[in-house]
Amino acid sequence: MIVAVLVVLVTLGSVAFHMWSPWWWSEIASNWVGMDDTIILTFWITGAVFVAIGLFMAYCIWKYKYNKDKRADYEPENSKLEWALTIITTIGVIALLAPGLIVWKNFVTVPKGAYEIEVVGQQWYWMYRLPGKDGVLGTTDIKNINDDNPFGLNTDDPHSVDDILIDADDLHILKDQTLKLNLRALDVLHDFYVPQFRAKMDMVPGMITYYWFTPIKTGTFEILCAEYCGTGHYSMLGYVIVDEEEDYNEWLSEQMTFEETLASNGKSDLIKIALNKKNDL
Amino acid sequence: MAADSYDDVAKNKDSIPSLEVPPQDLYHAKSWWTKYIFCQDAKVIGIQYALTAVAIGMVGLVSSWLMRMQIAFPGVIPMEAGAYYQLVTMHGMIMVVYLLTALFLGGFGNFLIPLMVGARDMVFPYVNMVSFWVFFLAVIILAASYFVPGGPTGAGWTLYPPQAITSGTPGGDGLGIVLMLVSLAVFVIGFTMGGLNYVITILQARTRGMTLMRLPLTVWGIFTATVLALFAFPALFVAGIMMTLDNMLGTSFFMPAIVEFGERLTYDGGSPILFQHLFWFFGHPEVYIVALPAFGIVSDLISVHARKNIFGYRMMVWAIVVIGALSFIVWAHHMYVAGMNPWFGFFFATTTLIIAVPTAIKVYNWVLTLWRGNIKLTIPMLFAIAFIITFVNGGLTGLFLGNVAVDVPLSDTYFVVAHFHMVMGIAPVLVILGSIYHWFPLITGRFLNERLGRIHFWVTFIGSYSIYFPMHYLGFMGVTRRYFEVFEGDNFTYSIIGINQFITVAALITGAVQFLFFYNIIVSSKFGKKAGKNPWKACSLEWQTPDVPPTHGNFGKELPVVYRWAYDYSVPGADKDYITQDTPPSAVANAKAEQT
Repeated sequence: MIVAVLVVLVTLGSVAFHMWSPWWWSEIASNWVGMDDTIILTFWITGAVFVAIGLFMAYCIWKYKYNKDKRADYEPENSKLEWALTIITTIGVIALLAPGLIVWKNFVTVPKGAYEIEVVGQQWYWMYRLPGKDGVLGTTDIKNINDDNPFGLNTDDPHSVDDILIDADDLHILKDQTLKLNLRALDVLHDFYVPQFRAKMDMVPGMITYYWFTPIKTGTFEILCAEYCGTGHYSMLGYVIVDEEEDYNEWLSEQMTFEETLASNGKSDLIKIALNKKNDL
Repeated sequence: MAADSYDDVAKNKDSIPSLEVPPQDLYHAKSWWTKYIFCQDAKVIGIQYALTAVAIGMVGLVSSWLMRMQIAFPGVIPMEAGAYYQLVTMHGMIMVVYLLTALFLGGFGNFLIPLMVGARDMVFPYVNMVSFWVFFLAVIILAASYFVPGGPTGAGWTLYPPQAITSGTPGGDGLGIVLMLVSLAVFVIGFTMGGLNYVITILQARTRGMTLMRLPLTVWGIFTATVLALFAFPALFVAGIMMTLDNMLGTSFFMPAIVEFGERLTYDGGSPILFQHLFWFFGHPEVYIVALPAFGIVSDLISVHARKNIFGYRMMVWAIVVIGALSFIVWAHHMYVAGMNPWFGFFFATTTLIIAVPTAIKVYNWVLTLWRGNIKLTIPMLFAIAFIITFVNGGLTGLFLGNVAVDVPLSDTYFVVAHFHMVMGIAPVLVILGSIYHWFPLITGRFLNERLGRIHFWVTFIGSYSIYFPMHYLGFMGVTRRYFEVFEGDNFTYSIIGINQFITVAALITGAVQFLFFYNIIVSSKFGKKAGKNPWKACSLEWQTPDVPPTHGNFGKELPVVYRWAYDYSVPGADKDYITQDTPPSAVANAKAEQT
C-alpha cells in the first residue's frame, strides 16, 4: 500500500512540479517559436505516457500484492496486446518526429538575403565581424593572425578592407533583421549560445559553421559559451544587444573598419594590394 | 539435481539437447595466491571486478560531492576552476567506463554467465584471470594521473580535441591526458579478453537443453552488451591512439591549424569532428552496454519477485537484439550542434526515435509482468520498481534530445546532464543495487539486513529522483553545463541558486546512504540471516547448485540438464508456484506449461 501510494506521489509530484514550479524558460526573443512548440508537444505526449505507466504500475502493486494462497496469472505471451502497444508507440513517435524534422528543415535552410556576420571564439572571449559597406565578409586564414590582424583577414582580398571589426565581447544587432552567423573558432571548440534565441551551434577550428535566426525583441541578452573550452569556459560570456534602427546605427558608426584599425596602428601598408584591387573592381 | 543420464534426455521429446559440452579441466587453486589473487574461478574474478570497480567508483562519487558543493555553495570547499573540471572529467569517465561497464560485464557477467547457462566456468579461465588484472592495471594507471604534475585531465569525459591536448585545459599539456588515454587503451585490451570469454561461453558452453531461447534475460542482456562492446571499444581505442600521436608526436589527425593564446601551433589539416564521430561511435553503444545488462537483470528480478513469467519473453529478446543493432546507427545524435553536415540531422533523428519503439516494448512488458502477478515487495522488487520509474523518465527525455530540432536549445545544458544521469546513471545503478540484494544470498549464503536495506532503498530512490528531476528545468532555462560558477545571469527568469542547493543536499544524502549499504554488506556477509538454498524460489540455474555458495566448478559431479525456460512461475496445475529449469516434465506431470 505504502509503495503504491509513493509511486503515485512520485508520478503526480513530477507533474505538479512541472505545472507549478517557477523554473521555466525565459521568453523567446527570436523566430524559433517552432522549437518551443515542439518541446511543448513533446511534453504532452511523453507526459501522458509517464503518468499512464506510473499510475498503472501503482495499481498493479496495490492490486496484486503477494498472497500466499493466490497464484499469478500464467500468460507467457499475448501477441495481440504486444502488437497493439507497438503500433500505438510507433504512432506517438511519428507524431513527435514529424514536426521536429520540419523545424529542423527550417533551421538548416538559411533564407536568401540573410545578413551575414561573423562570430569568432577563442579562449576565452568573443569577437565579431560585420561585412561593411560592400556587404561581403572578406576571406580569412588562420596563418594571417597576428596582433595587428586578430581575425586573420586576407590582406589581398578587396572585401576585407571595409569589414567592421569588433574586438569586444558585446555585439549589437538589429531587431527583425535576419542574421546568418558564420561561426569560427581560433583554438578549440566553442559554442555561441543565447538562451532567449534558442539556437546554438559549435564553432570548430579549421572550418566555418553557421546558423540563422531573426531577433524579434529588443533587449540585452547574455551570451554563454555552450561547448566546453578549457579552464575559462564558464567565464566566456558576453552580451547581445538587440536595437531598434536608430540605436543600432549609432553604435555602428562608432565601430572601426579593418582599414581604419590598421591605420590607427600605423600599418596601412599591409592592405595596399587589397586597396588597389578594390579600386579595380 | 539433474541426475538424468543423457539417454533419458534424448528419449524425452520435450527437451532438445544442446551441443554436447566437452568436460572442462579446471585449474583448482593450490595456494592462497591462486585462490584469491590470480584466481581462475569466474565467480571470484567477478567479485574482484566488482570490488575494484566499486573502489574506483568511490573516487567518482566523492568527485560528484565536491562538484556539487562548488556549484551550490562556492567557497565552502575552496577550489580553482581547473580542479573543478578535473573533478567533472574523472567523475564522468570513472562512472561510465570503470564502474558501470566493468561492474556489469566483468562483475555480473563473470559471476552469473557460467552459473546461468549451466557451465562449470568460462571457456578460457586463464584469459579471464588475465582480463581482470589488465583491468586492474588500467585502474592503477588512471589513479596514477592524480599524482603527476598538473594532475589528471580536465578535458571532460568526452575528451574532445583540440582542448584535450592544449594548454588551456588542466592536464592538457602534461601527463594527465596521456595517462587517461593509456588507461583507456589498457582497459579495452583487458575488456576484449573478458568479452570474448563471455560471448564464447554463452554460445558454446551452455548445458544440454539450454537453447538460446531458454536463456534468462540477464544472459541475453549481458551477451548483447558484450557483443556491442567488442565492436564499439575498438573505435575508442583507435581514437585514443590517434590523439596520443597528435599529442606526443605532433601528428594532425584531429588537430587543425590553430592559434592558442596568440601562438600558432604546428598542427594543420586535422579534423576535431572526426574524433567526435569515433568517440560517439563508441560512446553511444556504450550507453547500451550499460543499459542492456540492466534491462536483462531487471526482467529477472521482476519475474522472480512477482512470481510470474516475464511477459512476452520472445519480444523481450528481440527488443534487446534490435536495440543493440540500432545503437550503432544513432551515434551522431550527440553531435547535432557539433558542426557536422546539418543534413545528417534528419537521418540520426529518425534512427534515434525508432529506438524508442523496442525500448518502449521492454517497459510495457515489465509493467505487464507486474499486472496480475503475485507481487512480493522484497528489496530487489522495490529497486526494480524504482528502476522502471527512473528509466521511463530518462527514456522519455531522450525523445526530447533525440528529436534534432528540440535538441538545439537543450544541447549542452543541464537538461542533458539530467537526462543521461536518469537513464544510464541512476537507472542502471538501481538495478545493480537491487541485484546485489537479490544475489547476495547466493554469493555469501546470507541475506542482507532487511531494515538497513529498506532505508537504503528509500533514501537512494527518492534522493536520486530529487537530484535529477528538477535538474531538467535548469536545462530549460538554458543553464549551460560544465560551468565552474553558475551565474544568476539575466537569462534566468527565476533564481537557480535555490534549486542548485536543493540538488546538492539531495546528492550528499544519497551518496552518504551508500556507505550504510557498504556497512550492511560487510556486517551481513558475516552475521546476516542464513539464506539456505534458493531462498527466492527462483527457476534459473544459478540457484540450483548443490552447494551454496556454489564452489569452483559450480554444479558438483554432473552438469544440470535443462527442460524449460527460466520463467515457469505460477504454472497452472503445478504443486509449487515455480518449476526450476532443471525439473524434468515427468516430475511435474500436471503442470500445463505453454512455453518451453
